[in-house]
Amino acid sequence: MSAAQTLAPLVRARDVHKSFDQLEVLKGIDLDVLPGEVVVILGPSGSGKSTFLRCINHLEAINKGFIAVDGEQIGYRLRGDRLEKLSANGIARQRRKIGMVFQQFNLYPHMTVLQNIIEAPVGIHGESRQVATRNAMNLLERVGLSEKAGSYPRQLSGGQQQRVAIARALAIKPKLMLFDEPTSALDPELVGEVLATMRDLAKQGLTMIVVTHEIGFAREAADRVVFMDGGKIVEMGSPDDVIGNPQHPRTKAFLSRFL
Amino acid sequence: MSRLDLSSASPLGDARFRDVATAHAPFRLGRLILWAVILLVAANFAWIVAHNENFGWPVVIAHFFDPTVISGLYVSLGLTVVAMAIGTVLGLVLAIARMSKDGLANSFASLFIWFFRGTPLLVQLIFWYNLSTLFPRLSISIPFGPTLASWDTNSVITPMTAAIVGLALNEAAYMAEIIRGGLLSVDRGQTETAEAFGMTRARALWRIIIPQAMRSIVPPTGNQLISMIKATSLVSVIAMADLLYSVQSIYNRTFEIIPMLLVAVIWYLLITSVLNVGQSYIEAYYGRSERRNRTADKPAPVGAAVQEASH
Ligand SMILES: Nc1ncnc2c1ncn2[C@@H]1O[C@H](COP(=O)(O)OP(=O)(O)OP(=O)(O)O)[C@@H](O)[C@H]1O
Ligand SMILES: [Mg+2]
Repeated sequence: MSAAQTLAPLVRARDVHKSFDQLEVLKGIDLDVLPGEVVVILGPSGSGKSTFLRCINHLEAINKGFIAVDGEQIGYRLRGDRLEKLSANGIARQRRKIGMVFQQFNLYPHMTVLQNIIEAPVGIHGESRQVATRNAMNLLERVGLSEKAGSYPRQLSGGQQQRVAIARALAIKPKLMLFDEPTSALDPELVGEVLATMRDLAKQGLTMIVVTHEIGFAREAADRVVFMDGGKIVEMGSPDDVIGNPQHPRTKAFLSRFL
Repeated sequence: MSRLDLSSASPLGDARFRDVATAHAPFRLGRLILWAVILLVAANFAWIVAHNENFGWPVVIAHFFDPTVISGLYVSLGLTVVAMAIGTVLGLVLAIARMSKDGLANSFASLFIWFFRGTPLLVQLIFWYNLSTLFPRLSISIPFGPTLASWDTNSVITPMTAAIVGLALNEAAYMAEIIRGGLLSVDRGQTETAEAFGMTRARALWRIIIPQAMRSIVPPTGNQLISMIKATSLVSVIAMADLLYSVQSIYNRTFEIIPMLLVAVIWYLLITSVLNVGQSYIEAYYGRSERRNRTADKPAPVGAAVQEASH
């Protein structure tokens, strides 16, 4: 990562606070993610991991601090010296370079696998149908599902659906990919195929932020592991440090459950 | 030894257990008798109806394609199509307004739905027809300011426009609630996914939410359409020459009330039957992704998939 460290961060989060009514869920998150870096976020349930991920593409608006992706402040713009909220269309435009993979896959059930993948490239990014289809077939081959192009999501297993969801997110050629517990809804024997796909992406230099409980994946594929607890980052570092030799008592307690 | 002998557990090896592929349907005497009785009663009833002179079947046949009846049929069908189309589009707008966070849009839609669902359609029709007694002239003007254009109400509100406006606005109120229910039935994650991909609201609605909502919108809409066809008969009170009005105009001359009403009844039934068939095709279309076995094992050729993607 020494080469990457000279680059400007792709994601910058500073002092990010988020509350739902009275409940403060994020209490000052600072995180930089370099281009090509794979950051895995670990932490107990309710610690705010999903919320933080959803703030990055503005599915949730933050209350304090800022998040910037690729040099643009998410959800806002500067007009002269005034910070103004972006319009819905402005936010939509910012989201187009960020891919997201959900715990529940969220494929469009009324569309075939192929239609799912080309929907955004054709409808939002203005690609021609031929180019998008060719690209989609390549992506399907990459995730090992070429023969499922004409199937509907309900006709696929959970692992296959999630791999399609990954292909769908990749089809928009994202600068950043967000994964929110992509394997948590899967039967144990299907987890491996999804993690293998993600490991491939990590090797190919895609910038990824991954929330997961798969410690093995974090150890192998992460450049950096972030441990969150109670809406804060309590420990951060290389997988060997954070997983192999945790310092904070909360991290130790959390990891001890996986031994 | 308690070990299970697997060879004797095989269904083909034990006389008590047979291969299900050789199974026959059980013979149900009770059902057969029930069917026979029902068919007998139905045939008897049909015979009685057919031979009852009071039904006036020859009159029914003679007037079934009467030009007056056919033109009334066209009016009923035309009104239904136009009012339903306007009502559905307006209903969609109202449903979206009702679900928006915008207080103004939301309260306007609620008020509209409250009023038009809360008053009898017949009264609404008469009201529109007699609009000129309330507002002799209709004009477009700046509120409290100068008038831009103005028309005599009676020249704008013909029986036809009164019927269309009355039926369409009433329908819009019902369709709004049906469509809203449909939109709410779609998993929240779908909207979120569309948003995460950077779709605009309108596109997410059009491409992702509405197609999924259709599965629950279509059946009650079919109901509405059928009620609408029958509701068009109400416009006979404002002198619209619909199907019912045209048979009435005939029996007012000939006094063959029952046979002429039968003509109308049979036409209404024919139309609704056609609609039922149409509805089941539409339902099958929107339910196509539900059929699990279609391409599950048999991969669709990529050519077909690409073609499907272009819809
Ligand atoms: N839309 C919401 N409204 C109110 N509270 C919310 C909302 N979303 C999340 N929360 C609360 O915020 C806290 C953090 O939730 P979050 O989903 O970010 O946790 P998490 O770390 O992802 O947990 P898990 O591992 O279980 O997914 C929880 O207490 C949750 O109840
Ligand atoms: Mg979560």
